[in-house]
Amino acid sequence: MADQAKFAELAMEHMSSLYSGAVRMTRNPADAEDLVQETYLKAYRGFGGFEEGTNLKAWLYRILTNTYINTYRAKQRRPDETDLDEVEDLYLYRRLGGLEAARTGRSAEDDLMDLFAEAEVKDAVEQLPDNFRMAVLLADVEGFSYKEIAEIMDIPIGTVMSRLHRGRKLLEKLLYDFAVSHRLAEPVSDTAP
Amino acid sequence: MASDPAPLKPQCDEALHEIYHLLSGEIDDAKRQQIAVHLDECAPCAEPYDFYAELRRCVQQRCQDQAPPGLLARIEAALHHEPHA
Repeated sequence: MADQAKFAELAMEHMSSLYSGAVRMTRNPADAEDLVQETYLKAYRGFGGFEEGTNLKAWLYRILTNTYINTYRAKQRRPDETDLDEVEDLYLYRRLGGLEAARTGRSAEDDLMDLFAEAEVKDAVEQLPDNFRMAVLLADVEGFSYKEIAEIMDIPIGTVMSRLHRGRKLLEKLLYDFAVSHRLAEPVSDTAP
Repeated sequence: MASDPAPLKPQCDEALHEIYHLLSGEIDDAKRQQIAVHLDECAPCAEPYDFYAELRRCVQQRCQDQAPPGLLARIEAALHHEPHA
């Protein structure tokens, strides 16, 4: 049984992470602030039900995710189901690998950080359809395990994996489209050397 | 080289298929060991692994937002008005 008085001390350190997640979900800083505040109020009221020794950040994210789905998602237009058949495995690597090789002496990380500015990565993540976006956010930004994501989103683990698979593919495609539209990468053709 | 369409061995196929799961820490120890051994001896597989590891770091770093000043105080004030505060 968790101690209510300990709540702020334990929970507030996760505020920046929750806020970042909330901005990606709502795509709107003002809504994100409201969502985070709402999350903390609900968490405070329900803190007695938090099992000490379990992952507090995952528990807070579960509340954040549920609140987002119930309050904010209804306001948004449902995105079209995206056709991802054309996005094969290693999509982004195969298209940017040459760029990497051309810049000898530089790490892949430098290249990717040069290629994708903060606003572009955020934009690409925010363009993902809701369900894909939340799965990718929880796995690849927040580092939750698939099992934790299944609990946070209240879906079977197989569904987590399929949303991740599709979300990651689409993110690769969106990032590649950014790179091409900024003339930072040449479109790949079949006759490339 | 990324553009080099060398024929893949079955181990390559398997390793490349697991990139995202491995980077997410979702591969059990025995299999992770097996893939690590393969990556040590297979540059065409090690390269995309490094690429996707860096991509993960890039996305992680780029997706951080600083909570606006005042949000903490606003939340603490709201909590203070709760019955048990």
